[in-house]
Amino acid sequence: MTYEQLGQLFASYASGLWATVQLTVFSLVLGLLIAIPLAVLRVSPNRIVSSPVAVYTWFMRGTPLLAQLMIVYYGFGQFQWMQDAWQRGTPLLSLLRDPYDCALIALTANTCAYTTEILAGALRATPYGEIEAARAYGMSQLTTWRRILLPSALRRFIPAYSNEVILMLHGTSLVSAITIVDLTGVARDFYANYYAPFEAFISVGTVYFGLTTIITLLVRLTERRYLVYLRPQNFATLAKS
Amino acid sequence: MLELQRYFPALLQGAGITLILAVLSVVLAVCLGMAGAVAKLYGSRAVVSMASAYTTLIRGVPEFVMMLLVFYGGQLILNQLASWVGLHAPDVNAFVAAVLTIGFIFGAYYTETFRGAILSVPRGQMEAARAYGFSGWLAFRRILFPQMMRLALPAAVNNWLVLLKATAIASLIGLHDVMFIADQAGRTTQTPMTFYLAACAVYLVVTSGSTACLARARTYLHRGVREGSLHR
Amino acid sequence: MNALTVENLHKRYGDNEVLKGVSLSAKSGDVISMIGSSGSGKSTFLRCINFLESPSSGRVSLNGNEVRTSTDGSGEIRISDPAQLRQMRTRLAMVFQHFNLWAHMTVLENVMEAPRHVLKLTRAEATERAERYLEQVGMTRFVDAYPSHLSGGQQQRVAIARALAMEPEALLFDEPTSALDPELVGDVLKVMRDLADEGRTMIVVTHEMGFAREVSNHVVFLHQGVIEEEGHPREVMKTPRSERLQRFLSGAMK
Repeated sequence: MTYEQLGQLFASYASGLWATVQLTVFSLVLGLLIAIPLAVLRVSPNRIVSSPVAVYTWFMRGTPLLAQLMIVYYGFGQFQWMQDAWQRGTPLLSLLRDPYDCALIALTANTCAYTTEILAGALRATPYGEIEAARAYGMSQLTTWRRILLPSALRRFIPAYSNEVILMLHGTSLVSAITIVDLTGVARDFYANYYAPFEAFISVGTVYFGLTTIITLLVRLTERRYLVYLRPQNFATLAKS
Repeated sequence: MLELQRYFPALLQGAGITLILAVLSVVLAVCLGMAGAVAKLYGSRAVVSMASAYTTLIRGVPEFVMMLLVFYGGQLILNQLASWVGLHAPDVNAFVAAVLTIGFIFGAYYTETFRGAILSVPRGQMEAARAYGFSGWLAFRRILFPQMMRLALPAAVNNWLVLLKATAIASLIGLHDVMFIADQAGRTTQTPMTFYLAACAVYLVVTSGSTACLARARTYLHRGVREGSLHR
Repeated sequence: MNALTVENLHKRYGDNEVLKGVSLSAKSGDVISMIGSSGSGKSTFLRCINFLESPSSGRVSLNGNEVRTSTDGSGEIRISDPAQLRQMRTRLAMVFQHFNLWAHMTVLENVMEAPRHVLKLTRAEATERAERYLEQVGMTRFVDAYPSHLSGGQQQRVAIARALAMEPEALLFDEPTSALDPELVGDVLKVMRDLADEGRTMIVVTHEMGFAREVSNHVVFLHQGVIEEEGHPREVMKTPRSERLQRFLSGAMK
């Protein structure tokens, strides 16, 4: 391989990495923001309010991400009115022509559903005693949410969400199936050009592994900083004092 | 939908492939998981590091990349081996590649599931077994394993659901599973949405069914356990 | 039964020596109470008898058969014959402070389990034994209940039945009433008292001074891993010679 080819390879890996990171970060952030109000709705005792969210999460969590990607990118072309809208260049609907925007929509919708359920579960698992104590000490509804419920839920949320972050990173590898050249897409091109499956996929796998490790480390740092009061204590030293 | 009717048998066949792939993969994964958990908990230091390397590496790489590696890399190896022997290499079966990849990947997830469950069984249970003369194997079989299964069940079923959805990736290496059929049919009839939704329906039936079975199994396995209630 | 003999047991956890040469000898019908403050090593000693903890040095013999051990490279004792140990464990049944009933089995199944799967009794034989001993401890009504549905005192009585069902040479009790609410202690002590009256050989680690004084025929006072004083409760507990024991008893009697 010539140096020029190597340089090109490096450039393509870099752009693939950038695409992967972009898609992961944007979909996660958007998904989390939308999930917060959805989670509040999801835990509501009011059936009318919680059911639509429940149906949404049931569908998104019960079907593969790949299917969701395909539906968003290829599915809408089935409809004549969509094709007409594309012809006219209608702003929002034209997003669905672009593979990158379709990927973002599908990934966001997917992670939002999982995040909603994780948050809802964390909220529901609040020990009733903590709420009772808040009430007994005269806290208002808002104060209870702000000082007791949400921080309490955060502790249960972070470990489960960290897993979701990693899964989303891995999930982005599927966008190569709708023509986006992310990390996986770069690897497939590499394989197609040089017939070197091991070099292509192992090198890309290593990059993903590195990204996963970085995420895991960041999560651990976050937990250490924000969840200090939950660290297991050394009772032996406490007892001696 | 006339198109759906016409392709119904093909879709059914695809669904069958999906299910068989999922079931075979999960069997492999559960076996690897049990072995991995035992290795991590009771093995020598060398064994523990190997098992840890396995679980860490596998969970750091996307399934799609793994599958491409196994499928195309495997073909390369086969070709090489065949050329040394002087034969024409068979084509790597997409199904086999998928089962091996998915089984291997989820074996790592099941290792963590079973390991956590074993650790959650109270120490006193096994202590009493040892004090009454149970051999290690007998104690595991009669005391640890039944309690571990109850504790592992929710996570184990969750892994199964994730695994089932992961099988869709096999369509990208040409396996004629339900996603593949839906894709083909959609293109041919120019009604992709219809067929993708049909494929989704198949997944939804299996995932919802699995969740319902979990609920029922929990009732049986939770005999003898009093669960705390959040609202007294 | 000839004797359960424990000779010169030492137990070290790192730098901390918890047992510094404790010996005990029990013949058939003896009811031995081991008393002492927390950390004195009494539970550790009991658990070394059936090797739930491995002693650092010392010997344990049942009916003249010594438990075969070997010393490994780091000086720690290892069991050289696991089958022999298992056999010995079936002759010594233990009752735990936290009951340790098997959560996924009913009361009856708990009591039948070891006789069936370790002693290899038939289902009929095991059932008959289980029902007999459950009746003795007064838990017949609860045969199909699960441990989590029972009170502490009830669970402990089932645990005693489980021990009796092994028809052991000796019963080992590790603080059997320490985890119980005060009102439930009496029921369990009564069962234990009846067992002593029957002539059973029992070694009991306990904080219940009443039991030690009235039911046992030998009391061992352990302090920081050493036997400070031992003898018949009439002497040891009425007129203790060691000052530490005097202080311990006056503190415990309050």
